Amino acid sequence: MIALLLILVPLLGGLATFFLKKESEVRTWSLFVAVLTFIVAILGVSVLNAPEYLSFKADWMGDLGSTFSIKADAMGMMLCMLTAISFPIIFIGTWKTAYEKPQNFFALMLLAQAGMMGVFLAMDALVFYFFWELALIPMYFLSSQWGGARRIPVMFKFFVYTFIGSLLMLVGLIYIWSKNGGSFDIDAFYNSKLSVKEQMWLFWLLFAAFAVKMPIFPFHTWQPDTYEQAPTAVTAVLSAIMVKMGVLGLLRWLLPVLPVGSYVMGDNPSFLAMIGIVYASIIAFRQDDMKRLVAFSSIAHVGLMCIAAFSESKSGMQGIMIQMFSHGINILGLWVIIEIIERKFGTRKMSELGGVAQKAPALAIAFFVIMFATVSLPITNAFIGEYLMLNGIFNSTVTSYGVIYAVVASTGVILSVVYMFSMARKVFLGNTNELTVKGTDIDFPEKAVLGIILVIILVMGVYPQPFLNMMEGVSDSLLKASDIQHLILKK
Amino acid sequence: MNALLLSAIMGVVMMFTGIWVKRYTVIKRVALAGMALLFVANCIELKGTKWFNFDVSGFMQFNNFSLVFIAIAIFVTILFTLVSGTEIRKVGNYPADYFALIFFIISGVILLASFQNLLILFLAIEIVTIPSFILTGAEKRNLKSNEAALKYLLLGSFSTGVMLLGIALIYGSQGSFDINQMQIGMLEGNKISNLQVAGILTLMFSMAFKSSIAPFHFWTPDIYDGAPTVFASYMATVIKVAVFIGFIRLFENAFGNLSSTWVVWIAVLIVATLLIGNITATFQQSVKRMLAYSSISHAGFMLFAVFAMNESAHEGLIIYAAGYSLATIGIFAIVAKMNDYSYEGFNGLARHQPLIALTATICLLSLAGIPLSVGFLGKFYMLKAAVLTGKYIGLVVFAVIMAAVSAYYYFRVIQAMYFKEGPDNFTGATTVEKYSMVAICALIIILGIMPGVLLVHLYF
Repeated sequence: MIALLLILVPLLGGLATFFLKKESEVRTWSLFVAVLTFIVAILGVSVLNAPEYLSFKADWMGDLGSTFSIKADAMGMMLCMLTAISFPIIFIGTWKTAYEKPQNFFALMLLAQAGMMGVFLAMDALVFYFFWELALIPMYFLSSQWGGARRIPVMFKFFVYTFIGSLLMLVGLIYIWSKNGGSFDIDAFYNSKLSVKEQMWLFWLLFAAFAVKMPIFPFHTWQPDTYEQAPTAVTAVLSAIMVKMGVLGLLRWLLPVLPVGSYVMGDNPSFLAMIGIVYASIIAFRQDDMKRLVAFSSIAHVGLMCIAAFSESKSGMQGIMIQMFSHGINILGLWVIIEIIERKFGTRKMSELGGVAQKAPALAIAFFVIMFATVSLPITNAFIGEYLMLNGIFNSTVTSYGVIYAVVASTGVILSVVYMFSMARKVFLGNTNELTVKGTDIDFPEKAVLGIILVIILVMGVYPQPFLNMMEGVSDSLLKASDIQHLILKK
Repeated sequence: MNALLLSAIMGVVMMFTGIWVKRYTVIKRVALAGMALLFVANCIELKGTKWFNFDVSGFMQFNNFSLVFIAIAIFVTILFTLVSGTEIRKVGNYPADYFALIFFIISGVILLASFQNLLILFLAIEIVTIPSFILTGAEKRNLKSNEAALKYLLLGSFSTGVMLLGIALIYGSQGSFDINQMQIGMLEGNKISNLQVAGILTLMFSMAFKSSIAPFHFWTPDIYDGAPTVFASYMATVIKVAVFIGFIRLFENAFGNLSSTWVVWIAVLIVATLLIGNITATFQQSVKRMLAYSSISHAGFMLFAVFAMNESAHEGLIIYAAGYSLATIGIFAIVAKMNDYSYEGFNGLARHQPLIALTATICLLSLAGIPLSVGFLGKFYMLKAAVLTGKYIGLVVFAVIMAAVSAYYYFRVIQAMYFKEGPDNFTGATTVEKYSMVAICALIIILGIMPGVLLVHLYF
């Protein structure tokens, strides 16, 4: 029931938003819906040990072997929680940003939220595919309507990339469906009898969709442009939440469904992700636009998650779980700060800014803490995740290149220090110039939002154990389902 | 059978209405009442009550599949009349005759969906195409319309000749026009004669011509462009889909046993159609021509039904027929009401006509195959049917890549409507037309969520 509410509340709230007229009403209403969703998510986390509240099943297209089946396991609940936290933060963080036709903007935002919740909760391949596409459409309209100057071609590139990826995934899903007795249910997918050869080419069909979404190195070219051109609120959703759709796809719909294919082919994506980490990090410190810098840094972070996923180790899996959440929170913080800076000074170009820390000390403090988290300094949340992932990759038993991946991926962490610190230097430190000299500090709502982010960063960095305990069950079961040793024993 | 006789009668009635009644609204209402009567009669037959009991067993067979399709065709015709009533009057001075021709087309469609004999197939194709020649040239004073009609007539007669040749060859090898006899004659294991192969291929190519499948598609864009837009939309939907129904009926029932000899040709036609239709559509500057090419690319998807020939293909063809017809009727109705058919003509439509832009968007999303629309389910069933055959998975992958290409040109219209600025080129729609458009969108979404409401009639 709670799982259904997680989708329904933003869906109905979003549809209702279309009919509101006044801007203040729209903002208050959408914030109310977002907070309500957050409360539902808290309820969901609190009953995580009682799965009967967290699943919902209804008949739907029975002749296709598809039921509307949604369930919040710990991973799904965690990502729903991330989504539910993100939206109020985004709405408050961009409270003062003016949007033309605000009712359409906020309505589409809430619809996108509903779509993403559906992706995280779907336990039926067809339902998963439906939500996967439905989350995309509002994002496309949002970015194309309210984005920057080059928004139309850029967003279209984004749309075509993801559309091709998801259609290839659809073919893969239909093929698996045809081989497992005509059921789209996730358990049937986990037990499908596919030959090694079939798994090997199906792997690429499914991986195409997830690789575009995450994105993994050669499929990433849509991402910096899209992040730059989309309005920052949308960019925040794209990078904090939508990227996790790709990672969740890997963990839930690729590794356990095609264990042999992933085992045989796993080194290819890992290798691509490894190239992506170094490549994106190097490109990141050539950027002048803050949004593009963060976009490239996101490629590096997600690349590490991809390698960890294919390392199929306990430590790596736990690392991904915590890092999915941490990366979402950290990058969300960065977007809120970038949004505030852009609104205050009218530019995102680092070369035109400087000395912001003198004028806005609270903003600077928030930025520095979030930056430390992004470069995964100890006592921040990302340190836990990245350490666990690197450890898992290093000790991986399914790949013989674990050491190489771990070493190269670690350079990504070092490179992240270079570009993040240079951003801090250019924007916050140094002397003020004529643009920044009249700057003011952030006001209370913004402080509150950033404060929440800082608290999450520090708490999870110092004491991650409850979180890890919560994720342990799902990590184990995913690993077990993806483990081919286990498959051999079963036969 | 109910609807067949009534539609022929209604055609004659409409011709006389044209003599006695001069007011267009009355003519339209008579036509709509006739269509509603056909629809009801057909649904009653679907539920098992036959009004006319003639023994036509050697010539026609009405099963659920054909009756459901006939219901869809008539229903789409009703929506078509509702949504573009104004445009039909604008075409020329003889609206009653146009409706008479449409009723004759419907009777041809009914024959196409239920023939059991190659003679009836030939008659059906002729009954469908000859009125559409006239409708293409209905705009008498427009040279483009005349040219299109002549072109269509010449090419159409040529392909009819090819079809007759195919029928003759098949008759020569089988000694019968009856499809059931052929199935017995073409059992697996029997020696296949060259005559049979030549006959099957000739029939395949002539059917491909009639349903505008590449490389036999060259007439389509010119005819659709030249014909009055209203009638182009009717030809692109009901007529085209009906030819497909005839296509699958012929190849499954008559030549199904020999599918191994010709299915590879179907695969080649699918690849050619998807490739040529989609790639050419991306380069069009006029939305109307783009829709003509997109109708070719949809033919490629519908051809998967002939390729797969299983239960899923039947369901898929029904869903695809409904989805494609609804969306195409909807978008064509909007295009017909535009002053400017180019992409730029659509700039800023969302600001001036939010409702029209929204309906256009839903139709386009359905054509592009986005989930929650019936267009997605149509594609899904087709892909499913093809995957279930277990061969040529590469063909399916190719098809989805082409589906992604198709998103390009559909989204260009959406981009123009929502994200660009321009003058209002929309000439206005009456209230009935607006409600009908909303109804089309509602149907697209309802069928997209619950295809069962339509498919259940295939079995019960």
